[in-house]
Amino acid sequence: MYTWIWRHLPGPFPAKAFGALVLVLAVSALLLFVVFPQVEPLLPFTEVTVTP
Amino acid sequence: MSSAVDLDEPPAVSPGGDRPPRRRDWGRTFIRGIGQTLITLGLVALLFVGYELRVTDFLSDRQQDQLSEQIQEQWADTPTVAPAVPAPSQPAPPFTPAPISVGVGDPFAVLHIPRLGTDWSRVVVEGAAQDQLAQGPGHYIGTAMPGEQGNLALAGHRVGRGSPFLDLDQMRPGDPIVVETADAWFVYRVLGDPATGDFATDPSGIPGQQIVRPEAVSVIAPTPGGAADGPASGAYLTLTTCHPKYSAQQRLIIHARLDGAAISKATAPDGPPALAG
Repeated sequence: MYTWIWRHLPGPFPAKAFGALVLVLAVSALLLFVVFPQVEPLLPFTEVTVTP
Repeated sequence: MSSAVDLDEPPAVSPGGDRPPRRRDWGRTFIRGIGQTLITLGLVALLFVGYELRVTDFLSDRQQDQLSEQIQEQWADTPTVAPAVPAPSQPAPPFTPAPISVGVGDPFAVLHIPRLGTDWSRVVVEGAAQDQLAQGPGHYIGTAMPGEQGNLALAGHRVGRGSPFLDLDQMRPGDPIVVETADAWFVYRVLGDPATGDFATDPSGIPGQQIVRPEAVSVIAPTPGGAADGPASGAYLTLTTCHPKYSAQQRLIIHARLDGAAISKATAPDGPPALAG
């Protein structure tokens, strides 16, 4: 997968490296601000209330 | 078909019709794919831990700032009752704070706990669902309001989301928990013997601190430990959070009782003496 992405990034090495960095940051931001907040309530780690 | 699974191999390099290397490459690609997937999952899990411990703090702090602004504006709009100038012959009428009605998700009070830090304060919102707790300590709907007979029950996160109740296990008997509302201050004190540090000395039998299972709803009953629809035997305050840290297996509970009457903000704009420590 990563080799495939690397091969499809355009330009010479510096441009590829920059593109890869942008991709990593984009995926991290998507996870942090969209995916995790939605997944979190389904997980039991953050329960602090008493419920029957 | 074979070209679809062979994407990891540069097209220019793969020689057409060379069967045996192609089969070997397919297996290698497959194994490598699994390896990369596992590494990716590991990194995502690490990122999630970082999110829980750090990013939620950041998001929560911002929401607390907004709530703080919102509640200060609300309180500025509702004029505090100026103390009536008592006639010389009559004693001053006792101060009665205005009743509080609040919608779910709205801020209505500020919690101050000197033991957790001299400037420690959090805006409390109505409701104890995940949505509200993401913003700050939440008030269990249906439990008493500040100063009322019954049990003012608040829940808050221990780790993450600003970690409001991280050090709740540091609370000692007699420690003040000050609740600030639009027009009044209420001082609650953790139950137990301040001299010996024993939480279990209160004549009512209610301990100042206990660790219970998550289903123990009796801790937020009108009389803590009593029936959910039982009578209130005093004005209590109960804090709940998870226990131990980084886990949600049990609940850490702090019980406190109202100490003295409500203090009007008009007479004590900077808070009661208990707030100073």
